[in-house]
Amino acid sequence: MSGQRVIISVASGKGGTGKTTVAVNMALSFGGRVQLLDCDVEEPNAHIFVKPRIGKVKPVFVPVPKVDERLCDHCRKCAEFCEFHAIAVVAERVMMFPELCHGCGGCLLVCPKRAIAEENREVGAVKVGMAGAVDFAYGELNVGEPMPGPVIREVKAEIKNNGITIIDVPPGTSCPVVESVYGSNYCLLVTEPTPFGLHDLKLMVGVLKELKIPFGVVVNRAGIGDTKMHEYCGSERIPILLEIPFNRRIAELYSQGLPFIHEMPEWKDRFLSLFARIKEIVGD
Amino acid sequence: MKQIAIVSGKGGTGKTTLTASFAALAGEVVIADCDVDAATLHLILNPKVVSKQEFKGQKLASIDKAKCVECRLCEETCRYDAIRNLEIDPVLCEGCGVCAYICPRSAISLSERISGEAYVSETRFGPMSHAKLGAAEANSGKLVALVRQNARQLAERENLSLILIDGPPGIGCPVIASLTGIDLVVVVTEPTLSGLYDLGRILGVARHFGVIPRVIINMHDINSENAEKIIESCKRNYAEVIAKVPFDLTVTEAMVAGKPVIEYSPSCMASKEIRRAWEEIQSILNIGTSLEGDKAPVWEI
Repeated sequence: MSGQRVIISVASGKGGTGKTTVAVNMALSFGGRVQLLDCDVEEPNAHIFVKPRIGKVKPVFVPVPKVDERLCDHCRKCAEFCEFHAIAVVAERVMMFPELCHGCGGCLLVCPKRAIAEENREVGAVKVGMAGAVDFAYGELNVGEPMPGPVIREVKAEIKNNGITIIDVPPGTSCPVVESVYGSNYCLLVTEPTPFGLHDLKLMVGVLKELKIPFGVVVNRAGIGDTKMHEYCGSERIPILLEIPFNRRIAELYSQGLPFIHEMPEWKDRFLSLFARIKEIVGD
Repeated sequence: MKQIAIVSGKGGTGKTTLTASFAALAGEVVIADCDVDAATLHLILNPKVVSKQEFKGQKLASIDKAKCVECRLCEETCRYDAIRNLEIDPVLCEGCGVCAYICPRSAISLSERISGEAYVSETRFGPMSHAKLGAAEANSGKLVALVRQNARQLAERENLSLILIDGPPGIGCPVIASLTGIDLVVVVTEPTLSGLYDLGRILGVARHFGVIPRVIINMHDINSENAEKIIESCKRNYAEVIAKVPFDLTVTEAMVAGKPVIEYSPSCMASKEIRRAWEEIQSILNIGTSLEGDKAPVWEI
């Protein structure tokens, strides 16, 4: 299974449907080497289940402008250029809003006095280590920071050139999700058979079609809710690759931070055949 | 005017379920769905859209091939790696305008892109402000700000004193945009280790913005040991646990029926505790004017 690189992202739209459960249990089902990355840097949870030994903590920095007031003549060109409203010039003072800065470097380019330089600001960290035979990394956005993108990009910088990489994606459908799934060979959409689950699944299907990433569905908590999820997947020809029943014991193990395949080893084969199906679909 | 935000950190803990029931219990209230990239409150409240407006998020660069001399200065300068082989990748482009500025031939321009729609609607519990972000679009924080602005205008116009906000999961920009200037933050959590870990981070965000959060433990009986840990952690963080809602499959049935659980089954176990939580929230809000001065004390985690 080594050799060619396969990146599988695990997403959902709706939160709390079981992304982490699927990503973790699938990664642990492999006997050999596999890589698991948690890109939900706002609320990462995979590490709770895989209990990694962290070898490296890499701080994530973003460049933010710093104005040399001795050179600045308050011409406002930087503030007028900035699309993100991260710089304001009020009377004879330049005000920076570093949380809004996207680090594009535009203000440096437009400043006629070369009064702007950049300094690094720490917005989070990537923690890299091993969990048994699983190469593991996760990102943590600092509390109070609004933009997860740079931390997600640094987690993804850990992707290896060969072998299998499984990515745990944040909930939602907007920029952090796109950053996380971008470049994947395949995306697993974990959902639950409820109206909320179906609604957000449809949104994610729209995102993945836009990004041209092939996808299939894992139905979690199968048995609750209604049958509309199955009807939708049937009529849209979206493959349902695995169903995990609603089961009190699985929920309990989850609540304790325990991967359920350890207690229910029959699921290992199911996750491995899930992976085999994906490999078939993406054509190895 | 008072604003309550329901947030969670971890997704899927029951924000929307609780918000829908609170809306039903509140009577006349302005409802704002700020989970703009995966909004679901409308599935329960069934809003009738009264007006729509386009939402313009970030801009997008485009290259005029007729003017381009292929110097590739734009590719070299773009920090998002969004220009490859002189094609703009709309997914990676952040609309900063650096390429348009640097191009010696003025071959690159920025244009507005329609990133979503905002709606003002009517529901049987009061007016509703909500939105839909386009597939794979950015700038959800800005759309949240628009939804909240529309909600405030609705409250003023209809002379309503309460805005109920269904927040997004996470701790990033849309959450921060949902929390600014709020009177009461209710964090919905669940008794799992993930829930406990995520709660610590969202409480940190609340502290960062100087608001005192109240906490509801949803499905508390799934793991009572963890529920106790949450209560302990909340005590250390000056965050009061105001309700413990039991696990109840009636909640899912209500969702399938498209109704707030409090309306679908007013006397089920979950509804009883949700009603109690709402009474608690009302009494906190009735403290009235002192709430504004109710700043967060020194915290320790």
